Amino acid sequence: MYDVAIVGAGIIGACVARKLSGYAIKTVVIEKDSDVGTGCTRANSGIVHGGYDAKPGSLKAKYNVLGQKMYDRLAKELRFPFKRNGSLVIAFDEKDIPRLEQLKEQGVENGLLDLRIAHKDELKELEPNLSENVYAALVVPAGGIVSPYEMAIAFAENAAQNGVEFMLDSEATSIDKKDGYFLISTPKGKVEARIIVNAAGEHSDEINNMLSEHKLKIIPRSGEYCLIDRTEGGLVKHTVFQLPTKMGKGILVTPTAEGNLLIGPTSADIEEKGNTATTMQGLGEVLEKARLSVKRVPINKIITSFCGLRPRTELDEFIIEEAKDVPGLINLCGIESPGLTAAPAIAEEVGRMIAERLNPAENKGFDPIRKITAPFRDMTGDERRAAIKENPDYGHIICRCETVTKAEIIAALRSPLPVRSLDAIKRRTRAGMGRCQAGFCSMRLLDIIAEECGISITDVTKSGGGSNILIERNKTSI
Amino acid sequence: MMKIDVAIIGGGPAGLAAAIGARRAGIQNVLILEREAYLGGILNQCIHNGFGLHTFKEELTGPEYAERYVLQIEEMGIPYMLNTMVLNITRDKKITAANSGGLLEIEAGAVILAMGCRERPRGALNIPGTRPVGVYTAGTAQKYVNLDGYMPGKEVVVLGSGDIGLIMARRLTFEGAKVRAVIELMPYSGGLKRNIVQCLDDYGIPLKLSHTVTEIKGAPRLAGVTVAQVDENRKPIPGTEEYIPCDTLLLSVGLIPENELSKSADVLLSDITGGAVVNERLETNVEGIFSCGNVLHVHDLVDFVSEESERAGENAAQYVRGEHLSNKDGGGVRLLATNGVRYTVPFTIDPRNVKDKVDVRFRVDNVYRDKYVSVYFGDEREQRRRRMILTPGEMETVVIKKEMFLKYPGVKTITVTIEE
Repeated sequence: MYDVAIVGAGIIGACVARKLSGYAIKTVVIEKDSDVGTGCTRANSGIVHGGYDAKPGSLKAKYNVLGQKMYDRLAKELRFPFKRNGSLVIAFDEKDIPRLEQLKEQGVENGLLDLRIAHKDELKELEPNLSENVYAALVVPAGGIVSPYEMAIAFAENAAQNGVEFMLDSEATSIDKKDGYFLISTPKGKVEARIIVNAAGEHSDEINNMLSEHKLKIIPRSGEYCLIDRTEGGLVKHTVFQLPTKMGKGILVTPTAEGNLLIGPTSADIEEKGNTATTMQGLGEVLEKARLSVKRVPINKIITSFCGLRPRTELDEFIIEEAKDVPGLINLCGIESPGLTAAPAIAEEVGRMIAERLNPAENKGFDPIRKITAPFRDMTGDERRAAIKENPDYGHIICRCETVTKAEIIAALRSPLPVRSLDAIKRRTRAGMGRCQAGFCSMRLLDIIAEECGISITDVTKSGGGSNILIERNKTSI
Repeated sequence: MMKIDVAIIGGGPAGLAAAIGARRAGIQNVLILEREAYLGGILNQCIHNGFGLHTFKEELTGPEYAERYVLQIEEMGIPYMLNTMVLNITRDKKITAANSGGLLEIEAGAVILAMGCRERPRGALNIPGTRPVGVYTAGTAQKYVNLDGYMPGKEVVVLGSGDIGLIMARRLTFEGAKVRAVIELMPYSGGLKRNIVQCLDDYGIPLKLSHTVTEIKGAPRLAGVTVAQVDENRKPIPGTEEYIPCDTLLLSVGLIPENELSKSADVLLSDITGGAVVNERLETNVEGIFSCGNVLHVHDLVDFVSEESERAGENAAQYVRGEHLSNKDGGGVRLLATNGVRYTVPFTIDPRNVKDKVDVRFRVDNVYRDKYVSVYFGDEREQRRRRMILTPGEMETVVIKKEMFLKYPGVKTITVTIEE
C-alpha cells in the first residue's frame, strides 16, 4: 500500500513527486510512457512567464508568480538549464499602446513591480534584430527560459533519489475505489494507494472520470514549432511575444535554454488526443508570423519541427482541488500555460493538501541536491584528463556533434529512472540531438544500450512501445 | 605535447591517400587520427562494387578498395590511432584529441583535414507530419544493414535520388524489402547515371522526378508517406497527392562537408561547397592546413578523392620542408565560376606553383545538353570543349596547363563557364 500514487510523470507529476519526497511517506509515480516528461511537457515553448498575462485573482496568476520566483533556487539545486533572459511583448502600432499599458497594469496587480514599456529607439539597442515595424514593447525582466523535459527529468531523478518509486510503461487502465484506498490497474500490475494525485495532463479528464461523477473534459489544443540551429541562438536575447489574442500568447521567437532558437507555437483545437503531427499550414503559419517579429527568420538552419499539446479545459483555469465526490482524489487538470512556470508552486500546494490529510513526518534523509556529473563537453582540459583517467569511457566520444562520451551514456542508463530508449538517452545526454540528428551515433547507441541493459539490439526502441529501430536480421524475410 | 610533421584528421579514403602522399614525398613523421575502430571510413559500409575503375583499372567493392590503401599504410609503417576523436584544432596547428588512453595534445607541422561529409537529416527538410521511428538517412540505413546485419524495415520509400539512396534501394531489395519508389524533387536525378540504371531500372523501382514527400504519417512507427508532384517552383501541386504505405523512409537529400573542426582553426569555408576555400596546393587560408576529399567538396567517385588527397599529402610534405611559396605572397589567380558553373576547386591558382598542369573540378547547377565548357584567361577564351550532357550529379574537370599561364602573364582571373 502506497500513501500516494501520482498518475502522470510530466512536469506537474515530477514536481509533486519531488515535493512529496520531502515527507516520510510511500509515494509511487505511474507513467504510461517509457520516460518522464514525454507528453505536454516535452513539446512546449519552455518559457518561465513573468506573470503579466493571467487574469488577476485567478489560480493561473497566483501560481504563475509564485512559481516564477522559485526557479533560480530550483535550477541550482536540481541542475537543469534555466536562464532569466527577460521577455518582450511587442506592439506594431501606436494604437496598441493602451493594450501594452493594460498588460502592464495587470502584471503590477499580479505582483510584478518592475514592468516597463520601451519605445522603438531603446528597443533597437536592446534587440537589434527586431523587425523595423515594432513600435513599442512591454519589458518583463522576470521572464525566463527553461528546458522543460530536462526539468522534469531533474525533478523526477531527485524524487527517486529521495525514495519515490517510478513505474514506467505503466498506463493506469482502470481505477477502483475501495474502502479507504484506491486500486489502480496497470499492465505492470496493480497498485494500492490511499491518495491519488491526478497529474495525467491531456488524459487527466479520463483519470477523473474513472472515479468521479463530476466529469471533466480536456480539449487538446495543438501548437507547432520550428527549432533552429544553435548558430542562430543569438538572433534575439529576450523571449519576444506578440500581443496576446484569444487563442493564446501568439507566435514567439526565443532563444532556448540550450542555446537554440525556437519559433512558434500555432494554436488550434484538435479532435484527437495524442495527435502531434505537424501540418504544412501550421509550419507555414509559424514562419509567416515569426517574420513579423524579427528582421530575418533563418529557415535554412531549421533542425526540426514538432507539435505539442496544451491540456486545456473550457474553464480556462487551472483545476487544483480534491474531487468533491471522491475524497482522496486530488485533480490537477487543465494545467496549460503558464503551467510549466506554475508547476513548482502547484507542487507546494499539493504538498500542503497531502500533509493535511496524512500528517506525515519529515523525510530526514531528504537531499534537495540532484547528484549528476558535469557533461564532458563543459569540462576544462584538466577536468577531461582527470575524467578519462578515472574512467576510460570518457575518452570514447559517441556523439560527435554534441561531444557526448560513452561514460555519460552509461551513466544515463544507470540513472535513478530505469530508461533505455534512444530518445530517453538523447534527452539526458544530448546524444543525437545535434546537427546530424543521430546519423553518426545511433548504431553506437544501440550497441551500448543493448549491452548495458542485456537486451537484443532489435529490442532497443526510439521511444518505447513498438518503436524498435531494427526489426530483424538481414535476409529473415527472404 | 606530441610533435608530428604531418597530422591527418580522418582515416577514410582521403586520409589514407594523404598519408601515403606525405610519406612518399619523404616525410617520416606522419600520423593518422581516426575516430572509428577501423581505417577506411565510409568505404567499409559500401559493399557494392564500382570502386577503383580509374585508380586500379578494375572494379572493386568499397572494403576491397579501402584494403588496398590500408595495406599500403601497413607496408609503409605509417602510424595511426583508432577510436580517437579530434576535439579541436587551432590555427597554429595544435590538435586536441581524446581516446580511452587520455587527452592527446599534438603540435603539427602541417595538418590535412580529411574528415569527410555527413548526410542532411530530415529536420533540414521540415516535412510536416508525425515523428515516427522508421525515418533514416540512407547512409545510416546502409550502416545498419551492411555493417551490423540488421534491417530497419520492409516497405521502403526513398526521398532524394543521391547515389547512396539509389544504392540502398537496390541493397534493400536484395535483402527482401519492397522498395515502393524513389522520390526526387528536381526534374533530374542527383545521382550518377550508372546508378539509376543499375540500381533502379534493373529492379523495376520507379523514379518519380519532380515529386516530393508532403506528409509523414504513423506513430510510433512510420505507416506511410503522402507524395505529390511539384511545379517549376518546387511547390506541391494540389490534387496530385498519392499515399504510399511504407514502414521505412530513407533520405538521400544531400551531403554536407563536416567542417566543424576546420572552423575551430579559422579555416575559411565556401557557402557553395560547404568546404574550405583552397588554392592549387589544396591549402586553406590558414597556412599549413590542407583539405582534401569530401570535407573539401563532395565527390562522386572515390578514385578522385584518392588522387586529390595524395596530392594534398605531397603538398603538405613540401610545406613542412619549406619548399613552396606561401599564401602570403598573394600572386594567386582567382577562378570564377559563372553561367551555370556553381563552383571550382581550387578557388585560386598561383602559377609559380604549377609544375605542368592543374585539374580544376567543378559542378553545374542544372542539366545542360549540347553546350560548351569554356575557360577564359582574363577576357581571352583559351579553351572551348563541346559536351553532350552536363548534370549536377557528375563532377566535371577542366585542365589548366602550365603553358597557358606562360601565354597570359599577369592574368588576374580565370573564368570557367558554360556557353552555347
